[in-house]
Amino acid sequence: MKKFINEVDDFILESLSGLAQAHPNLVSVNLDPMYVIRKDIANKKVVLISGGGSGHEPLHSGFVGHGMLDIACPGHVFTSPTPDQMISALEAYQPEKGVLFIVKNYSGDVMNFEMAAEMSSYENKSLIINDDAAVINSSYTTGKRGVAGTVIIEKVLGSLAETGANLDQCLSLGQRVNNASSTMGIALTSCTVPAAGKPTFDIGDDEVEVGVGIHGEPGRRREKIKKANLMVDDMIDVILADLKEKNVKTNSSEILLLVNGYAGTPLSELYLLFDVAAKNLKTHNIKIARSLVGNYTTALDMAGASLTLCVLDDDIKNHWDAPVLTPALRWGM
Amino acid sequence: MKTEFIQRCIKGITQAIIEHENDIESLDRAIGDGDHYINLKRGCLAINSMANDFNLMPPSDVFKKIGMKLLSTIGGASGPLFASFFLELSKSLENDGDDRDGFTKGFASGVRAIMTRGKSDFGEKTMLDVLIPISELLNNRVDGDIFDVATQIDRKANEAMLATKDLLPTKGRSAGLGDRALGHIDPGAKSCQVIISAVCQEILKGKK
Repeated sequence: MKKFINEVDDFILESLSGLAQAHPNLVSVNLDPMYVIRKDIANKKVVLISGGGSGHEPLHSGFVGHGMLDIACPGHVFTSPTPDQMISALEAYQPEKGVLFIVKNYSGDVMNFEMAAEMSSYENKSLIINDDAAVINSSYTTGKRGVAGTVIIEKVLGSLAETGANLDQCLSLGQRVNNASSTMGIALTSCTVPAAGKPTFDIGDDEVEVGVGIHGEPGRRREKIKKANLMVDDMIDVILADLKEKNVKTNSSEILLLVNGYAGTPLSELYLLFDVAAKNLKTHNIKIARSLVGNYTTALDMAGASLTLCVLDDDIKNHWDAPVLTPALRWGM
Repeated sequence: MKTEFIQRCIKGITQAIIEHENDIESLDRAIGDGDHYINLKRGCLAINSMANDFNLMPPSDVFKKIGMKLLSTIGGASGPLFASFFLELSKSLENDGDDRDGFTKGFASGVRAIMTRGKSDFGEKTMLDVLIPISELLNNRVDGDIFDVATQIDRKANEAMLATKDLLPTKGRSAGLGDRALGHIDPGAKSCQVIISAVCQEILKGKK
């Protein structure tokens, strides 16, 4: 393992401390228990709180700020945060109009947020995100995983909450965007969890993991690497089938295309993927109306990328375009 | 049940978990996400460092403290699952007493709390595949000789853990693997067996 580390146990603490010092006008960081909150506390609107295992930066800590999240609770690497973090962060934030927990669908995250919701003294609801199209057997009751579509949902809901919308309206739009979003990823290499010190999985030089999760957990199949356009064709086929299953119309629709890197793949390759995906989507009569390319939902140092299609309507589009000011996403202000 | 016995078990369990680092970690790397051992060890060490504070507490209070501490230190799915077990066990001991009969009832309510929290049941390749048979055995042998029962539980936990090898997972992070998880023992079942065996060893030490 080769990483910039002092002590493994201090990895997340020092990283969060760096985030706070790099963006002193945007976020405050508490280290024990760990949480990141907006500097300009906005507790009179619905408070959006998310979190999850660390290692997916900038998700979620980098998305705290105006027009996105109020609070992020990072766990240890690839390990869910714990209820005491959410409870302490909410105590510090003093929500007055209710709390929306935004939770990626992993059993650990779901259970920890569930216990936080039960223990919290504030009115709250929970939004479970499950945009991953990769899991084969939908009869598994743990269901689909929450992956890069989370960025779109947090951005859109952040904008809606700023307008003074109530808790039910926030939950309802969140469910709509989640349903309209579908993601499929491919890994070229494994990632290495600092505390483990060795790669999470073994993969040959000429192999890829199709449908990989954002913790390097296995997807649909292992196969030989192919040309990028063939891999993108496979990914888009899976995404379109998933959207069809969710009754989302794609033909002649406008979409937001997110090409998300897992952090170990250069931007040049991510833009190449965008080019290939754009050509493919044209043949399906799908119009790319909005786009985002970069490392937004990462898996430590894994090489690879995911594509997310979010089918837009005017509402979602307007909230996507609205101003946002966070460490990792910023436009319009 | 005496608090002093719980304190000895805490030491025994921590030692056993650390001794089984390789087993637990390699299973979790095969069909989980590789963090189960690290999280469990963090939880055990946290409980160890507070074990002396338990001296004057009744077992129900001790288990409540353990539950809350595990909830804030383990994280992942294991944190809320172990925490739900100990919090429910604590509640049950408070209501039904902390003799063997009370503990047997408390163990069963703890296991039910895990089932509810994890929305899971027997045969789904999880820790419950060890815990449910142990709960049944405790209940069936509530009048049996304590040393015989401890020996039986130790054996049963081992069998139940090994049996998860042939199960198809439907819960937890390995669920997405489908057939690829066949042939691997569930890491959660393994760690529960290690914990239960450590407690049995503590009981059997009383025989010598």
